Amino acid sequence: MDWLADGYGLVLRAFLLTIELGVVAGVFSMLLGVLLAAARVGPVAVLAKAAATYVLVFRNTPLLMVFVFVFVALPKVDIPQLSFFAKGVLALTLYTSAFVCEAVRSGVNSVPLGQAEAARAVGLTFGQTMQEVVLPQAMRAALPPLASVLIALMKNTSVAAAFGLIEATARMRFFTNDNADVRTVIFLVFAIGYVVIVELMSAGAFTLERRWRVAR
Amino acid sequence: MSLTAESPQAASRPPGDALVVLDHVDKWFGDLHVLQDINLSIRRGEVVVVIGPSGSGKSTLCRTVNRLETIDSGTISLDGRPLPAEGKELARLRAEVGMVFQSFNLFAHKSILENVTLGPVKVRGVPKAEAEEKARRLLDRVGVGAQASKYPAQLSGGQQQRVAIARALAMEPKVMLFDEPTSALDPEMIKEVLDVMVDLARGGMTMVVVTHEMGFARTAANRVVFMSDGQIVEENEPETFFTDPRSDRAKDFLGKILKH
Repeated sequence: MDWLADGYGLVLRAFLLTIELGVVAGVFSMLLGVLLAAARVGPVAVLAKAAATYVLVFRNTPLLMVFVFVFVALPKVDIPQLSFFAKGVLALTLYTSAFVCEAVRSGVNSVPLGQAEAARAVGLTFGQTMQEVVLPQAMRAALPPLASVLIALMKNTSVAAAFGLIEATARMRFFTNDNADVRTVIFLVFAIGYVVIVELMSAGAFTLERRWRVAR
Repeated sequence: MSLTAESPQAASRPPGDALVVLDHVDKWFGDLHVLQDINLSIRRGEVVVVIGPSGSGKSTLCRTVNRLETIDSGTISLDGRPLPAEGKELARLRAEVGMVFQSFNLFAHKSILENVTLGPVKVRGVPKAEAEEKARRLLDRVGVGAQASKYPAQLSGGQQQRVAIARALAMEPKVMLFDEPTSALDPEMIKEVLDVMVDLARGGMTMVVVTHEMGFARTAANRVVFMSDGQIVEENEPETFFTDPRSDRAKDFLGKILKH
């Protein structure tokens, strides 16, 4: 285990980058995904159509292609240069927000129509109805699928390994290249790292799920 | 005890002028002509009970008044102004029309108190403390003050419906719509809700009530509107309507429900 004794700092830093990518992209994906879901269920036909098209494009495209698009095609467009980290977050967000949108939309559909009608009858605008009444209940119903989406995101950060971001998977490859004799052990150590992160996320989701449980 | 004493609108105009006017209103659900040339004028302070067989369009009629259902032709106006199209204007109008649903529709994730304060705080910008004080008063008046910190699912149907009435009253509406408010209740809970409604009617609230409760109609209504197949077939004051209906369809309907 010499490689680990000498390189544990590198391992930790790599997993830290994995978590950073996952968390930052997760936050942006949630924001964009909820907005997309609101647009899809909203009364404005143009927005609903646009959101549906977004989901169609990014949910049906392999993540690797989205990365290629952001890292290779975007630089040709004359926009301010983004760091590798920002590009990684952008690619992950474009992809994941489509899944967040659909998870939230399933939650919205689980909220009885009468809840929105009552909110509108009280005089709340569409935005207030979504924000105060529908989304809080929808998010509870959407929590299990959302947890799955965010867990998938955390593991999907490994795609960034191919695009100059030295996160856990990229670091693992460097270690296995240098220590081919113990590559099974190296693989196991990194795999356990991913398992621990994801288990923490699952536990968090489960706790929230129990705390938010609403009786009907 | 009056539930409407604090509503400024109720006192500011002479009673009796038209508050809600439906003029040649038509609505289709696909091929089904659910509202056929509906003309109905509801005066300020009037209590109108809408009855009729299921599928007659009475709930739809009730829901068009705050535009939860859109109409295909004709006009509906509230207090002299036509109903605005979707948007902020419509939200403002809905705030002036209280609505009580058959299935209560209390906000499941909010406490009883929050259910009643949400509208005043978010729509009217009433400070939270003030809204809570008023909500507690209203909850006391409908007899569920002790439940303020509970959640809807912890209350009985009758209690939930009374909270729903308090929630609507918190907006100081000009008119209250009741869409079969007791139809989802166990029999022993119907009276507690009707008592609140009778009290409201005596307090001068303008009410449109879709119901099968003939007792309520007799006690509290100024007028009964009988609907069948999307049309208003007959209107009369309750006693006359129940004892001496003119139309065959009303006779048939009353014969079916009153024989038991």
